[in-house]
Amino acid sequence: MLSTYLSAIDGVSAYPIFSLIIFIPFFLAVTIWVIKLDKKFLNYMGEMPLKDSIGSDEEGK
Amino acid sequence: MEVQKFQYDNRIVRDFGIASVIFAIVGMLVGVLIASQLFSPAINANLQYMTYGRIRPLHTNAIIFAFVGNAIFMGIYYSLQRLCKARMFSDLLSRIHFWGWQLIILSAAVSLPLGLTTSKEYAELEWPIDIAITLIWVVFAINFFGTIIKRRERHMYVAIWFYIATIVTVAVLHIVNSLEVPVSFLKSYSMYAGVQDALVQWWYGHNAVAFFLTTPYLGLMYYFLPKAANRPVYSYRLSIVHFWSLIFIYIWAGPHHLLYTALPDWAQSLGTVFSIMLIAPSWGGMINGLLTLRGAWDKVREEPVLKFMVVGVTAYGMATFEGPMLSLKNVNALAHYTDWIVSHVHIGALGWNGFMTFGILYWLVPRLYKTDLYSKKLASFHFWIGTLGIVFYASSMYVAGIVQSLMWKEFNPMGVLQYPNFLETTLQIIPLHMIRAVGGGLYLTGALVMVYNLIKTVKQGSFLPNEDAEAPALSADDHSTSETKHRWLEKKPIQFALLATVAILIGGIIEMVPTFLVKSNIPTIASVKPYTPLELQGRDLYIREGCNACHSQMVRPFRSETERYGEYSKAGEYVYDHPFLWGSRRTGPDLHRVGGKFPNLWHYLHMENPRTMSPGSIMPSYPWLLTQDLDTSSTSAKIQAMQTLGVPYPKGFEFIANEILQQQADSIAADLQRNKVPAEPNKEIIALIAYLQRLGTDIKITGK
Repeated sequence: MLSTYLSAIDGVSAYPIFSLIIFIPFFLAVTIWVIKLDKKFLNYMGEMPLKDSIGSDEEGK
Repeated sequence: MEVQKFQYDNRIVRDFGIASVIFAIVGMLVGVLIASQLFSPAINANLQYMTYGRIRPLHTNAIIFAFVGNAIFMGIYYSLQRLCKARMFSDLLSRIHFWGWQLIILSAAVSLPLGLTTSKEYAELEWPIDIAITLIWVVFAINFFGTIIKRRERHMYVAIWFYIATIVTVAVLHIVNSLEVPVSFLKSYSMYAGVQDALVQWWYGHNAVAFFLTTPYLGLMYYFLPKAANRPVYSYRLSIVHFWSLIFIYIWAGPHHLLYTALPDWAQSLGTVFSIMLIAPSWGGMINGLLTLRGAWDKVREEPVLKFMVVGVTAYGMATFEGPMLSLKNVNALAHYTDWIVSHVHIGALGWNGFMTFGILYWLVPRLYKTDLYSKKLASFHFWIGTLGIVFYASSMYVAGIVQSLMWKEFNPMGVLQYPNFLETTLQIIPLHMIRAVGGGLYLTGALVMVYNLIKTVKQGSFLPNEDAEAPALSADDHSTSETKHRWLEKKPIQFALLATVAILIGGIIEMVPTFLVKSNIPTIASVKPYTPLELQGRDLYIREGCNACHSQMVRPFRSETERYGEYSKAGEYVYDHPFLWGSRRTGPDLHRVGGKFPNLWHYLHMENPRTMSPGSIMPSYPWLLTQDLDTSSTSAKIQAMQTLGVPYPKGFEFIANEILQQQADSIAADLQRNKVPAEPNKEIIALIAYLQRLGTDIKITGK
């Protein structure tokens, strides 16, 4: 079958393995990062769209 | 701290909004038109500019780049200014961006019906327009990053990250997929050929869905949904995870578009694994959006804006669940080439992009015009008729897809195909295509009601082109010691953009390197030769007429397909195909082995009117091919372009190409004349027949 063509490339399996090796630590790092973020900062960020124009507090209807 | 006064530019937001609404109607109208052509081909009035093959790309481009594109810019220009507490970097760049984008759309609307196309889905526009898109995108990027740099808000809200990922990735995708060798001002050949071209195209196609239809809308969701619900996003933490995992994973999922075709197993499996992993961040995002409404569900009952957004976000969840499911080999074997895929993309387009846009418009227009929405009742009506339209559309297409696929695969007890005539399977699903068109019509009706409602709203309000705002200036030394790295990162837009670029490039490179290596690894089949000049011209007619919109050229290695079409397709057969023409939907049968199946006469009469040879066929008639002269002035330039791309025509072949073309045309015309049809050798139909008769015959010669 055609699938043999790409697998005939020398060391082609390195690519998917490489991508997994990058992704898993990255994902873990982001997760740890995010868990460590402090609540005050997160609240500030979350509120941002609601406080972006003059009088926006009364605006949301 | 000094408080600075400034004004938001609302005019650019309004202009993009108007453009989006206009093109929504145009795009949907063309959609309903082509949907109707699939049960009543006569609707095209035998006009070549209105055939399905030519205006299907018009529909997809109008919806993706004109309707959705303008809506993205509308939302970004509104939210970016407010999230940055700054006016757009340059009013002039905003104007250039707006008018440049509309001109690109206009050129697409003219060139596509004329048959000027590269044939690559969602990247059909020819090379001068590709360059214009690149330039305008750069203008947008400068304006965008300029605004971020001069912002008065220290932190970048998550919506902006999604916008950054969009801008960077779309640029990379567009440039890599559009590399082509110009033949003339309005004709080019893809740099890549065959398998490689397919890999690049669907790497693009998949990621265009991710980074043009998804990430910018997630940014809009993270801004406008909290606005409309008047409460902050459910979990800001989740939104960060959502962002990074989404942009990291999405880029890897490309290969699943070619499942069961000529792709290697490992690329298929990799794509499948990552596609399934994609469910996690996508659903994280959907849940985050829906839970933002916690404690405000009572509002959803009264507020049409929220209704649209809830269904939009839910459709996003459905489509992103279905996508990974479709990448499973056994599901894909059933769904590929069928209406199931059409349904899948329309859940995304009608539900996610469409409804989110409508929600944002209903929220935004009254605010731009300092008034209330003219009629909530009409908006609610729009919501219900639109939802009904989606239900009609999706359910009919799911059933049509499954029915047709099962019919293709059905064997009778004698071990032969139950439905050997492809047309039988087409006729079976015609009623479902009618229901689909009704669904589309309902959806369009809703959109028209919205237009009326918005015009009335505009008339009762007064537009505020420049909205006053004030914010303290950002001081340069504003650092607190307890900052985490991520906060450092999102304070610096350039570093952030670079990191996001690195993230998508790593994924891209990992996928692309094997793609580039594959060229030298496809065993050349000695009997596969470059197309003759006449066949090459015929192939370009095949591209002009958009035959690949309905016919695949890829016989998969299934018994049901080899029985129906013949020997399955080999990668080595496509090495001279610039561009590849594998197609994505079999509205008609596969054509890869059509060469030599029918006499020239059959093709001649079939192209003149398909119903004379196949009663009930829904293929358009192509009478103009019988009367239009073939343009042979381009032959030499085409051969030269192919030589540049490495197609082994002998040296000096370009000078004798037209002679050889003439000989072949004469022999086909003579054969037709013997069969009593008044065929002339210089007509387009001769070239098309030459190409069709060549298709898939190279390996028949060796008897493999």
